[in-house]
Amino acid sequence: MKAAGVILAITIALALQTTLARYVVRGSTAIDLMLVVVVYVALTSGPVTGLLSGTLAGLVQDALYSGIVGIGGLAKTIVGFAAGVVGTQFIVTAPLPRFVVFFGATVVHEVVVRGLYSLLGLREFGNYASVIGQATGNALIGVVAFQLIELVPGAVRGRRMAKTRLRR
Amino acid sequence: MALLDIRQRSGYLFAAVMIGHVLLISAQVSSKRGVPVLEEVTFGAFAEVQRGAFGILAGIRGVWSGYLDLRQVHEENAALRDALGQAQIALQEQRALAGRARGLEALLDLRDRTALQTVAAGIIGATASPDFRTLTIDKGARDGLRQDMAVIAPEGVVGRVVMPSAWAAKVQLLIDRNAAAGALIERSRAQGVVLGAGDGGLLMEYVPEVADIAVGDVVVTSGIDGIFPKGFVIGRIAAIEHAGGAYRRIVVEPAVDRTRLEDVLVVTTPMTPEGPDGAAEGGGRAPLKDAGGGTE
Repeated sequence: MKAAGVILAITIALALQTTLARYVVRGSTAIDLMLVVVVYVALTSGPVTGLLSGTLAGLVQDALYSGIVGIGGLAKTIVGFAAGVVGTQFIVTAPLPRFVVFFGATVVHEVVVRGLYSLLGLREFGNYASVIGQATGNALIGVVAFQLIELVPGAVRGRRMAKTRLRR
Repeated sequence: MALLDIRQRSGYLFAAVMIGHVLLISAQVSSKRGVPVLEEVTFGAFAEVQRGAFGILAGIRGVWSGYLDLRQVHEENAALRDALGQAQIALQEQRALAGRARGLEALLDLRDRTALQTVAAGIIGATASPDFRTLTIDKGARDGLRQDMAVIAPEGVVGRVVMPSAWAAKVQLLIDRNAAAGALIERSRAQGVVLGAGDGGLLMEYVPEVADIAVGDVVVTSGIDGIFPKGFVIGRIAAIEHAGGAYRRIVVEPAVDRTRLEDVLVVTTPMTPEGPDGAAEGGGRAPLKDAGGGTE
């Protein structure tokens, strides 16, 4: 059930990434919704699920966009595992810690991706300032997503209770 | 349960996934030499495995070939030792033959130099008893040997025939306790009688006190005994003792080493005192010393 949920989340993130993300912030690479989903799953489900979801999301993303399949997968696997470990070792329920985790995860992801590309001599990334912007965007979206997802059960429960009261 | 294990060992799963990604990336990326990294790394790793396997095999082969070589060397060594032993035996035989040839050559030379009639004989036996110093030669009466014939060698006088049989003869050595010969000092011509000391040496007796003799003088046969031809070397004076009275007692070192004798000449020319038959006075032959007595 959880696996299906993870796959569904990744699929939705992929769809959003390809359609909506470029309208949210400047440029299509400003945010990485797949990464946000991976970090979220890792924080909520642990390192194993985090690394598996990171692998899946990264490979799918590589298959669709990257020339080398595996670089994004490797980076997201690292990020998912690390975020899962952080989620199990620390209390990450407040918005600020979550922001930091998302921010750090994005930085690590970019360092790994850019480092591998540079190491293999495939591509050079000159604009490192964009990493900060991307990390900030991912962190904001991640924190908001967390808040929204956590608010949904409460809101549903409140509406049900309100309906019950009106019927009485 | 398996999921639980995976969760408990997330580190292993993480490592496995990372390795999978690295392999996946390596399969797609080419190195600077244009070869896929995975292929290059795999080939490089396998080449090292091959190198190690080859090294191990080469080591084993080297040890094995060394063992085989060692065995071969061992067998070869044994064969060479055998060959060396045979060669040493052959060399000794050749040396013996050469020595024998030299002896025969000296004997032949002696035979040519002397006007005496001689018969060459080989030594086939000896007695080591200190009481009887004798030799057995391979010539006998059928070869013309008779009793009291002189036996000589290139180095000097050996002895006399004391018992000829048909095919062999017993020779009494001059060093025998019961043997004697007329002798003189070659340098001063002082005369005396040489006797066997019985211990391998010789004594010269009946030499006057006034005679001119010295250690190192050569003693030769005088020919007066009617057995030994005149002028053959008996030995050298080793020591001079004063026996008391009118004579000296002289120790003579034999010229002939009986231990090295192989061939001798038997003088068949009839001897008389002072020379061969017809040239001596009196004409009769008188042995110097018989088994039970002497010439004195």
